Amino acid sequence: MTTTAHAPAENHHGAGHIHVDYPDRPVEYQTEDGALKILGFWVFLATDLILFSCLFATFIVLRSHVDGGPTGKELFDIPSFVAETFILLTSSFTGGLATFEMHRDKRNRVVGWLIVTVLLGLSFVGLEVKEFVHMAMDGATLQRSAFLSAFFTLVGTHGCHVSLGILWMTGIIIQLVRFGINPITARKVFIVNMYWHFLDVVWVFLFTVVYLMGVM
Amino acid sequence: MLWFARFVVTFVTPTNEGSVNPNSLREIAIPARKGERAVQRGFPPHFGKLATMVAAMAVLLTGCSPEYVVFNPVGPVAKTELHLIILSTILVAIVVIPVLILLAVIVYRYRDKPGNNAPYSPQWVDSKKLEIVWWGIPIIIIAILGAFTAKTTFSLTKPPENNVKPITIQVVSLNWKWLFEYPDQKIATVNYVNIPTGVPVQFELTSDAPMNSFWIPQLGGQEYTMPGMAMRLWLQADKPGTYSGYGANFSGEGFAHMNFKVNSMSEADFTNWVNQVKSSSPALTMAGYNQLKQDSLAKQQSYSSYPPGLFNDVVMQNGGQYMYKQQMPGASDSTGNSSGSMDMSNMDMGNSDSGQ
Amino acid sequence: MNPIPHWGIFITEPMILGSDVMIVLVSVAIVFALTKFRKWGWLWREWLTTVDHKKIGIMYLIAALLMLFRGGVDAELMRTQLALPNMTFLDAEHYDEIFTTHGTIMILFMAMPFIFAMFNIAVPLQIGARDVAYPYLNAISFWMFFLGALLLNISFVIGGSPDAGWTSYPPLSELGFSNGPGENYYLLALSISGIGSIATGINFLVTILKMRAPGMTLWRMPLFTWSVLAACILILFAFPALTVALALLLLDRALGAHFFTILHGGDPMMFINLFWIWGHPEVYIVILPAFGIFSEVISTFSKKATFGYGSMVFALMAISIVGFLTWVHHFFTMGSGADVNTFFAIATMVIAIPTGVKVFNWLFTMYRGRIRMSLPMMWAIAFIPCFAIGGATGVMLAVAPADYQYHNSYFLIAHFHQVLIGGTVFGMLAGMYYWWPKMFGFLLNERLGRWAFWFFNIGFYVCFLPQYALGFMGMTRRIYTYPSGLGWTVPNFISTIGAYLMGIGFVFMVWQIIYSIKYGERDLTGDPWDGRTLEWSLPSPAPHYNFATIPTIQGRDAWWLAKQGELSKADFLPAKDELKPIHMPKNSGRPFILSLWFFVLGLGLTFGVVPMDVIAGIGIAYCLFRRSFEYDTDYYIPVDEVIHTESALGRLQG
Repeated sequence: MTTTAHAPAENHHGAGHIHVDYPDRPVEYQTEDGALKILGFWVFLATDLILFSCLFATFIVLRSHVDGGPTGKELFDIPSFVAETFILLTSSFTGGLATFEMHRDKRNRVVGWLIVTVLLGLSFVGLEVKEFVHMAMDGATLQRSAFLSAFFTLVGTHGCHVSLGILWMTGIIIQLVRFGINPITARKVFIVNMYWHFLDVVWVFLFTVVYLMGVM
Repeated sequence: MLWFARFVVTFVTPTNEGSVNPNSLREIAIPARKGERAVQRGFPPHFGKLATMVAAMAVLLTGCSPEYVVFNPVGPVAKTELHLIILSTILVAIVVIPVLILLAVIVYRYRDKPGNNAPYSPQWVDSKKLEIVWWGIPIIIIAILGAFTAKTTFSLTKPPENNVKPITIQVVSLNWKWLFEYPDQKIATVNYVNIPTGVPVQFELTSDAPMNSFWIPQLGGQEYTMPGMAMRLWLQADKPGTYSGYGANFSGEGFAHMNFKVNSMSEADFTNWVNQVKSSSPALTMAGYNQLKQDSLAKQQSYSSYPPGLFNDVVMQNGGQYMYKQQMPGASDSTGNSSGSMDMSNMDMGNSDSGQ
Repeated sequence: MNPIPHWGIFITEPMILGSDVMIVLVSVAIVFALTKFRKWGWLWREWLTTVDHKKIGIMYLIAALLMLFRGGVDAELMRTQLALPNMTFLDAEHYDEIFTTHGTIMILFMAMPFIFAMFNIAVPLQIGARDVAYPYLNAISFWMFFLGALLLNISFVIGGSPDAGWTSYPPLSELGFSNGPGENYYLLALSISGIGSIATGINFLVTILKMRAPGMTLWRMPLFTWSVLAACILILFAFPALTVALALLLLDRALGAHFFTILHGGDPMMFINLFWIWGHPEVYIVILPAFGIFSEVISTFSKKATFGYGSMVFALMAISIVGFLTWVHHFFTMGSGADVNTFFAIATMVIAIPTGVKVFNWLFTMYRGRIRMSLPMMWAIAFIPCFAIGGATGVMLAVAPADYQYHNSYFLIAHFHQVLIGGTVFGMLAGMYYWWPKMFGFLLNERLGRWAFWFFNIGFYVCFLPQYALGFMGMTRRIYTYPSGLGWTVPNFISTIGAYLMGIGFVFMVWQIIYSIKYGERDLTGDPWDGRTLEWSLPSPAPHYNFATIPTIQGRDAWWLAKQGELSKADFLPAKDELKPIHMPKNSGRPFILSLWFFVLGLGLTFGVVPMDVIAGIGIAYCLFRRSFEYDTDYYIPVDEVIHTESALGRLQG
């Protein structure tokens, strides 16, 4: 790391020396690398959106293909999916609060809100797993019909995304505790929140297309 | 390149190949030799290629010979399609031929050789007028071709002939054989299908195996046989004769052998044949069908009857229940001519929308 | 109960055995050579861990050529089997495997890495960047592709190849019709390499949008870079559909889901739609970069800027958008209804308009230029007639009712080989010859290259023109044998000869490369073709950091303008007092190791070995976490080192 001595502007937060390219920007955009990664993540989200669109299209085509098995109306438990929705929407809000506190350079509050977000995420996943297990116990499994294959795959893909987000956010919380807020950790907090909000948006569609249209 | 044409002749002739056409061989050989000479003289590369192309055109232009089944239509559907093929060939040639000529001329004229006094204008890289020309011409060509395409696409969903009562034949592709059912005559055949000449035939297609494609080039283009779907293909033969039919979509190991024969015959002959099948052939039972369904090849067979509603059941079992809310009247045994109820465009719209 | 005769079994079994033996021998030889010459460290430090776009580009190129060989061998085997009626060289099962791997390899493991090779080799140099936006991700992309390709290739010797066609339509590709691991190999190999492709799409999109040298506006970008931008947009919107199609089919096969099965409400059409929503844009993904290369090559070797730059850019973008509205033309004959067919037929024809415009613009780039017939230019010129005919037959195929006669016939086969070989392969070879000196610092032998060119080109027409005729004779694709008496023998025999000629052309190409490594002319100028774009302002090969100082760009084809005296040439050479330490990413072995875990995961899923999957999953998670906690990912090249390198190259000013 001796060569960093040549670098013009430096920021001595956290791990090692971080070269700041744009000190006037919001902290997550202060390095060239950070700005690039945030843009790249937007592009990635676009591809993920298309992935979900394809799964939605598949679900819409197959939702009537129940093969004499259970339908959405028989399976979906309204209080359960409404609760999931509220939990996930709230977690998106708390994630947003974390970003807000990050811009005010309040590390402990960022960590706190992220922990709340993770806990909400965990309870969402817990409820979803409970729902899935319940359905499977009633014989409504992935193998039962094309409708159920599409249901479990679409909702399950979203659930996997949320689970991955939980692991990822946990890793970032650890880094925040260790290194504090610096352009690198700030970029990570910002990106994981983009991801989290995106999953929230996807859930809004899931809620509408799968659950609401399913029970109606 | 003459050597290789000679090689082909000497090599192929003794293999007892009935259809070697010496004319077509000569036509390959002559232009190819020209091409070779052009190459040897060191002309720019396109000359060799042009020559090869001419050779290929010669091959294509021998289309009058009977092997070129698409160029020898015997029914109105295949004829309409051939007309479109010819029309589209001419229209694309309007662009392609000038491109090839321009390329040859430009590459020759502007080659970087000492003493080449053709103009060199490196600054001339834009011309609104020229660009309008070559945006405009393809647009016009595509507009013409598009109009013909639209018109023909819609017209081919209707029976080719309105004054004659059509006949319905239901086709089930199996691994690896073709089952034909005649709902009006209540007979069935395997790997051959007899049709009355001059009568529009409504083929109803499905599959009880991986999808295949039902193709009788001399009568008209193909249509897929798909599990869970009943699709309709109108064809008609104008002349008596025997025509080849092919399974055109790969369906596994025995696919290459999935051919069938189409015999077009007078109405009287057709009726005689039906009566003969009814009196002398065995019946196809459900057990027999399940046996037939197994992976195997089959010879031509005839059946005096088949389980009623077989086609309909096959479609419904394989997923048709989600596509057709009620029974398909067009696929039931009693109605040979209730085609209107099996509306292709409606039923298949659902499918093509599915991916969006 | 299978009455199909397996005449070929005694021939094919030794073939597999022979391949096994060959693979073992070659592996042993490689291991032996690496050990004997003490190259393990070199291999690890310089290649397996590299994040340098230039080296990654070279690895893509090597992989693409290897896969071209493998796919080419498949092609020669098929053409041998079809040379005469009732041949027994291959049996049905083996033939089915070979055409499946041929198609899959050529599209996904030859064309894709070939275009990615060109992306990596040229784009950063053309836009004045020191690397791509995410060098580490770029390495992951490569290794994911490479190990995906490896996974498909080992299927031949371990467990059996996929045999449901490269399109893998269900229900044929479902359990019950395709048992055994072959189809799983296909699904997992494509999924793993597909992750790499999406990452590459993101990487180059951001690189082009964000990392251009100052002054290089979008409107001053070289056309190749434009074509990469268009291709990246296509990749990003198309590949997720493939991912979904493959994942759902895998769920059907591995977990008993019913997306595309015949039973329990599955709908095979859904796969076909998803597959072609990716599949049609995919052909534009592999053709647009070739278009970009032709623009560069034709302009350079005509000593004239590309005619109608604005039209060229507009055409690229138009193709990338309309390319998403044509997928149904792959299944006009699946009963989509007259209205749907008409829409997609016309949308398909519309693509011909911008494509045709590009051809005319290339012609008028040459018009009033000075045409030098070097190898890249020969391939570019050969492309025009080939693609004009291929494009014309494409328009003919777009005529939906006529397509009922062409579909699945050899007419179709001839068409898409003509556009994919005449377009993509010719384009990539032109690009390879064009940028070879930039990659390696020496030129490829011209004489051997001409032999390769003529064999391959003449062979191409001899091989594929008879196939148009075969289509009109009713010959359908994917049949492993045919009877005599249909008139198919002569065209098939000619076609096989053509395939052999192309094979000889490839051998000449390999010979040319080996010969030139030893005797090739060194490129000391860095600008052997009298080029126009930024990469030719650099020495060959370019230094690790590409540009010692990033030039400010003042025009389109700025390097050419500088050589003409219209701009200052000194702008492109580093001045001693302007040098600063150069920020570069560190090498990392993790992309390789991460991809190895994916390979293990793929193998485990192929054979349903759960413990293997669990271990691989943990390995993947561990790699990702380690990366997240890694902050020491880059370093600075000190000024002294840059001065040393640049003065050794004789480029340092002041």
